[in-house]
Amino acid sequence: MMLHTSKFALHTCLDTPLPGSKYFTAFLSNHMNIHEYQAKELFVKFGVPTPAGQVASTAAEAKAAALALGEAGIVVKAQVHAGGRGKGTFKNGFKGGVHLADSAAKAEELAGNMLGQVLVTHQTGPEGKQVNKVLIAKSVDIKKEYYLAILMDRATRRPVIVASAEGGVNIEEVAEHNPGAIITTGIHPTLGLQSFQTRKIARQIGLGGDKLRAFEKVLASLYRLFLESDCSMVEINPLVETTDGQILALDAKFNFDDNALYRHSDIVAMRDITEEDPREVEASKFNLNYIGLDGNIACMVNGAGLAMATMDIIKLHGGEPANFLDVGGGANEEQVKQAFRILCSDPNVKAILVNIFGGIMKCDVIAQGIINAAKETGLSLPLVVRLEGTNVEQGRALLNSSGLKLTAATDLTDAALKVVAAAK
Amino acid sequence: MSVLIDKNTRLLVQGITGNSGAFHARGCRDYGTSVVAGVTPGKGGQKFDDTIPIFDTVHEAREATGCNATMIFVPPPFAADGILEAADEGIELIVCITEGIPVTDMMRVNQVMCYSKSRLIGPNCPGIITPGAAKIGIMPGYIHKPGRIGVVSRSGTLTYEAVWQLTSRGLGQSTCIGIGGDPINGTSHLDCARMFAEDPDTDAFILIGEIGGTAEEEAAEWIKANCDKPVAAFIAGATAPPGRRMGHAGAIISGGKGTAAAKKEALLDAGILVSDSPADMGETLIKAIAAKKR
Repeated sequence: MMLHTSKFALHTCLDTPLPGSKYFTAFLSNHMNIHEYQAKELFVKFGVPTPAGQVASTAAEAKAAALALGEAGIVVKAQVHAGGRGKGTFKNGFKGGVHLADSAAKAEELAGNMLGQVLVTHQTGPEGKQVNKVLIAKSVDIKKEYYLAILMDRATRRPVIVASAEGGVNIEEVAEHNPGAIITTGIHPTLGLQSFQTRKIARQIGLGGDKLRAFEKVLASLYRLFLESDCSMVEINPLVETTDGQILALDAKFNFDDNALYRHSDIVAMRDITEEDPREVEASKFNLNYIGLDGNIACMVNGAGLAMATMDIIKLHGGEPANFLDVGGGANEEQVKQAFRILCSDPNVKAILVNIFGGIMKCDVIAQGIINAAKETGLSLPLVVRLEGTNVEQGRALLNSSGLKLTAATDLTDAALKVVAAAK
Repeated sequence: MSVLIDKNTRLLVQGITGNSGAFHARGCRDYGTSVVAGVTPGKGGQKFDDTIPIFDTVHEAREATGCNATMIFVPPPFAADGILEAADEGIELIVCITEGIPVTDMMRVNQVMCYSKSRLIGPNCPGIITPGAAKIGIMPGYIHKPGRIGVVSRSGTLTYEAVWQLTSRGLGQSTCIGIGGDPINGTSHLDCARMFAEDPDTDAFILIGEIGGTAEEEAAEWIKANCDKPVAAFIAGATAPPGRRMGHAGAIISGGKGTAAAKKEALLDAGILVSDSPADMGETLIKAIAAKKR
């Protein structure tokens, strides 16, 4: 009802219930993820109520943490960037990445079974993820589970709060089968979250009395966390009502706006590169925007739109891209060289396509980077190059006189056909 | 004529003494744009290339030179402030090239722009060009040719690709607008479609989109109801894996909405010809023009 700027905003925000968590994750997905124990640290910092807990890297630390938490009613949780931990299986045969413990000795034993082992869940893929840390937390007696998320919605250009009384379960299924159970509320970009909105949401998910008051505190703190930490999404699933009447955030998923990380050194410090694709980690060292895929045609392109279009045209002509790589607008020779090296390090790659339309990027810089990389790495793969734009003549001249074995393409279709043929 | 910029454009460059700002201020000047002033706080009173006066504030630049457009190269942490400063002075056209502005900053800027007389293009965009008259941005001028086709796109280099296809086929452009790939930007596909539809010197236009968001669908809906001019479109990202960000914060798949397929369907429903290949954007527009003539 409040403060929408266009009919499209209204349409998107109010008429159409937003689907569930995967939708939001996909919508906003970016590189920076954090672990559950780190989410807990953020909750504590901003005053979002959450069960007490400590992180442990060794079984001994797990024992000490359990003792500190009072031994009885402890939960031991494997820390990996993937969902489905409870139902996952470790490669050593140990079942489940989430276990209850009643003593410090039991917590120590459970941690010992998890730490250093590889956990496979439905989200990790068959290769699984190594568990380097476990969270030791107080378990709580749950009366009811809710869902609560805040995300930056590009359609309405403001944060949107998503809440549901149907928490804990797969929220995507709720969105699909019972869309009325998903409550979405747009927040004014400069006024921020208003108290009446919080009360309204609480009532819409069935919270009253003291629980309404408790929920107000949770949501106000969570909104402050969202805004002040430049999150693109924070999702609590489940938010629980305990048998003793508390409202607590049990598990959470965060996404941060990469563009704002420069002003959050504390969050940058939470990055765990062991959870990321090593090729992407390597590319990020050189400020290259790289995403690894499963095909055999490596591509190096400037500009995200053209990079996506290049992948599209490779597929259109029967090929499979091995990656997305946007070298950006102002790349230097060194970055181009590193990009080339990363592309060539993928054993699946059978051919390489360079597609550059120079704007800020100068074609001669790209050409020199390719020549340097090819000379250093002893390039043996077929290379198709399509250059156009700023300083294109200098770029072509450099490549022609370099002695490199490469195929020049005249336009985008020509480039795609040639590289697809070369990869066969 | 054209939309937004022409021979009367008097350009200010915010961040004129930085590497990119200086390089592209010269590029715009060399293309024929009147670059009348620069702003770099602390360097007021100096001259850029011995000719263009530098001011500490947009206020002083506006008073002294009557600049009516600005091109912003201010680094990301200060870019939102730069946009707000230009809007506060009532600069008619604000083109923000800067890439990497936090979304929350743009969310607040957007609130101001809703009530401002200024028009914001970008951020994270290549800018705008009326071939043969003026350019405000980082696009290579030589690929363009004066003419009667409009181009609007979220992506920089993909815009160049479309322009080059048009120019290679002898079709010149009235105005080409890169609106930028960020989730919150100033001017939308819909705004540009409306301007092209109303511009007597634009006969047809190309609309280039990317997966993510619903901006292309909104433009399609408006075109269906209001625009008789031939329109061709391309949507990048049909093969992008779900759930992965592709550089532009905008280029993301979101559930059933914002997919290439959903966008294509909305565009086709509006009578817009959609190219499956990024290499056929120019050809598709030629087909759209021929179809309207029949």
